[in-house]
Amino acid sequence: MRPSHLVVLAALLAGAAVGAQAPDRSKPPSAGPAPALHLPAVQKRQLSNGLPVWIVELHEVPVAQVNLVAFSGSGDDPSGRFGVTSLTTSMLEEGAGGRSALQIADAVDFLGADLGAGATFDASAVRLHVPVARLADALPIMADVVLRPTFPQDELDRLRQQRLTALLQARDDPAAIIPLAFARTLYGTAHRYGTATTGTAETMKSFTVADLRARYAAIFRPANCALLVVGDVMPDRVVPLLESSFGRWTTSGAAAPITLAAPPERSRREVYIVDKPGAPQTQVRIGMVGVPRSTADYFPIQIMNTILGGSFASRLNMNLREKNGYTYGATSGFDMRASAGPFAAAAGVQTDKTSESLKEFFNELNGILQPVPADELARAKNYVALRFPSGFESTGDISRRLEEALIYRLPDDYFAKYVQNIEAVTAADVRRVAQKYIQTGKFAVVVVGDRKVIEPGIKALNLGPINNLTVDDIFGPAAAASR
Amino acid sequence: MKIALPIIAALVWTGAAAAQSPSSSAPAAGQPAAPSRIEVPYTQFTLPNGLHVILHEDHSVPVVSVNVWYHVGSARERQGRTGFAHLFEHLMFMGSGHVKPGEFDTLLETVGGTNNGSTETDRTNYWINVPSNALELALFLESDRMGYLLDTMTPQTVDAQRDVVKNERRQSYENRPYGMAEIALTEMLFPEGHPYHWPVIGYMPDLTAASYDDVVAFFKKYYAPGNASLVVAGDLDPAATRRLVEKWFGDVKAGAAVEPPTIPGVALTSVQKRTLTDRVQLPRLYLAWLTPRHFAPGDAALDIVADVLAGGKNSRLYKRLVYDMQIAQSVSAQQSSGGLASYFLVEVTPRPGHTVGEVMKVIDEEIVKLQREAPTAHELGRSLNQIEASFYNRMERVGGFGGKADQLNAYYTETGDPDWFNEDLGRYRALSPSDIRAAAEAFLPPDRRVELTVVPEAASNKQP
Repeated sequence: MRPSHLVVLAALLAGAAVGAQAPDRSKPPSAGPAPALHLPAVQKRQLSNGLPVWIVELHEVPVAQVNLVAFSGSGDDPSGRFGVTSLTTSMLEEGAGGRSALQIADAVDFLGADLGAGATFDASAVRLHVPVARLADALPIMADVVLRPTFPQDELDRLRQQRLTALLQARDDPAAIIPLAFARTLYGTAHRYGTATTGTAETMKSFTVADLRARYAAIFRPANCALLVVGDVMPDRVVPLLESSFGRWTTSGAAAPITLAAPPERSRREVYIVDKPGAPQTQVRIGMVGVPRSTADYFPIQIMNTILGGSFASRLNMNLREKNGYTYGATSGFDMRASAGPFAAAAGVQTDKTSESLKEFFNELNGILQPVPADELARAKNYVALRFPSGFESTGDISRRLEEALIYRLPDDYFAKYVQNIEAVTAADVRRVAQKYIQTGKFAVVVVGDRKVIEPGIKALNLGPINNLTVDDIFGPAAAASR
Repeated sequence: MKIALPIIAALVWTGAAAAQSPSSSAPAAGQPAAPSRIEVPYTQFTLPNGLHVILHEDHSVPVVSVNVWYHVGSARERQGRTGFAHLFEHLMFMGSGHVKPGEFDTLLETVGGTNNGSTETDRTNYWINVPSNALELALFLESDRMGYLLDTMTPQTVDAQRDVVKNERRQSYENRPYGMAEIALTEMLFPEGHPYHWPVIGYMPDLTAASYDDVVAFFKKYYAPGNASLVVAGDLDPAATRRLVEKWFGDVKAGAAVEPPTIPGVALTSVQKRTLTDRVQLPRLYLAWLTPRHFAPGDAALDIVADVLAGGKNSRLYKRLVYDMQIAQSVSAQQSSGGLASYFLVEVTPRPGHTVGEVMKVIDEEIVKLQREAPTAHELGRSLNQIEASFYNRMERVGGFGGKADQLNAYYTETGDPDWFNEDLGRYRALSPSDIRAAAEAFLPPDRRVELTVVPEAASNKQP
């Protein structure tokens, strides 16, 4: 230990003085007035080719985050080509400009940088995180990856094999099976949301270099993209760097975004059991098609879900974990996308308590349709509103917020008005959105577990018709995953 | 406390890599960056009851984090009660003398706070992140469970969390592919009786056996303020925060001193082989060696050995097994450092159609090569630059797991100096390529290691 003795002595004297009187613990100290929210300013610029640049200065740590976001994602994969956007974006780093895949990785690693490319349903992105002293060295590599990918055939073959093997391995893991089984159940095989962003073994095997080049050309055009910079930078000095890396990028062309068809309508509640013999826990997802990110009910839904299963002290977690000990944790959430994504209540529950757990899930899902007590509503609103500022701490936090604003075209004052929008939510709003979106009579109840053990108990609950599925029904036969 | 205060740089950067604009001269690729100094300014004091307190100011967001480390983990457990330190951690959220059951979380959520805790072999940590106006509530809650946990503890509380922890074990180990291998690994590395032999999560029968009396004894022995350290970091005023800490923690009773752990000698004398079956499609190989404990000579060099072998696409094992030969799906290497001992682990999953034997042969070739010939300056520089960047990246958050508050507590606990960032980074910067070779030679012998193989159960062995 190295504290100076003087410091320790002073502490002893000070401590002795206060130790004499114990604090009043009869009630918890109340919080003072909430600190004012100071959102980081977003400085909006543009490169000479029209590419928008959003910059947030954050000078605490000498690092920078630079994201190139394209407003097309896996949700735009054409029918029969599910997975093409995901594979295209992953291939960007596997050869670009004059660099091979190994050279790109070596250059990035040597700078102490992280560079990644990927796609969600709603967007594609290339993201760079780097010590700011090395930003000028890293940007040209990033620009190669975004502007000049080469899609080498041997790298495609390698990446394809890696993905097929990962898909084979996903069959082992109930926690990996359940989201796919749930999506398949809600959306079917025709709707894009019914299949993982990476696609199926069948589609993975079908993609050619020409497919990826075509998909790349449709997505990565300046008119379809924006740049974000967050970190220890000054706009007047970073914009010229961006200009020299991205300013001459003038690819044009267009691909109309695909409007997803309406998901299949479910008229009654049904149960789907994916058999996983020997599993000591059952993975559970219960729900239905939810809402798009553009929903007018966004804020009431946040509060309703916080009460239901969106925080530790939420009803689902308190019931299934704290009261009954059936699980390590129970949650619920709305996955909001460009089109309506799934709503799910979820947990991994011990196998011999599966039916008891399902019963408690439905107790809470039905319970949220009833009026919510005032103190519970106030707690949920405070929880969401008061921790809002903590979501602007790191370069990663802020860049995620900016991406969200760009991808979903949120209004300029969206973050400034966030807290007041939360505060405006009433008990009536919560009840209205619960009744609108928690339609327990139309839910899909999807479980991955040891069927012979759990099926009798589930049957006795009379939740609805029971459908028995195998892992092959979700992934296709195992052999299809290998070469 | 005010947001209106000028933003004080929470970190002071000195040296060539200090926050310069990107257009200033960046180090040319091929040269290591000039050393920079990382400083996390802090003040510290010790209360009469023995609680050591560290304060750190950072006003970047109006949030403050209260972070406590108790210097006890699963290594202090006794036979028949494995998993107890972690079960006890769960009980710390169940209320205390002046906090009713369930209130710990509801009070924090009401002010926009979040919290969590975790248990390892040598320590248990807890953090509460709150908006800075609710600092006093966080200190009240943290001090109440330090001083008065047993006032509301009942056998029913223990039962409730026992079930939760058993489900944590099912979720994180039993129902997860290859999850039981981690447990088998430390059983093979450390002999029966060594404090790292059993898993932190514990064995099911021991979780069943844990009793209310065990809780009382464990709390009295290990949860005294003298066996803990408290960091308060974030949007705070140090003088006012010190007064609040004295107010709330001053009445927590001191306990008996805890004897420092003895560090048992441990060595492998031969190759230990074991095969497990699991509900998986592909086999997996784990190779492990006993290595120097955290911060001992050789520990930092082994971090770099891990990087040279399996950090990134150009690392030796990744490039050969996954990239060139494509006989493995994944490979990783890490020096897993502990206070009593460490182990170095290589983990590899062969592709369908390839065997554990094939990949083991390549691993052995590459380790022998690194034992005979130092890595290139470029390989070392690549690893050092990534390590240096990781120190910056670790500065971006104040609270939560791995935030600055947690790191100050970690360094204080292990070295006595909360701001040991530069010394830690200096361990790596001092290394030469020949040090890396020497560490590989000294600590990765082929004839004293663990070889654990997981093979698919016959029923799920459908690989073509």
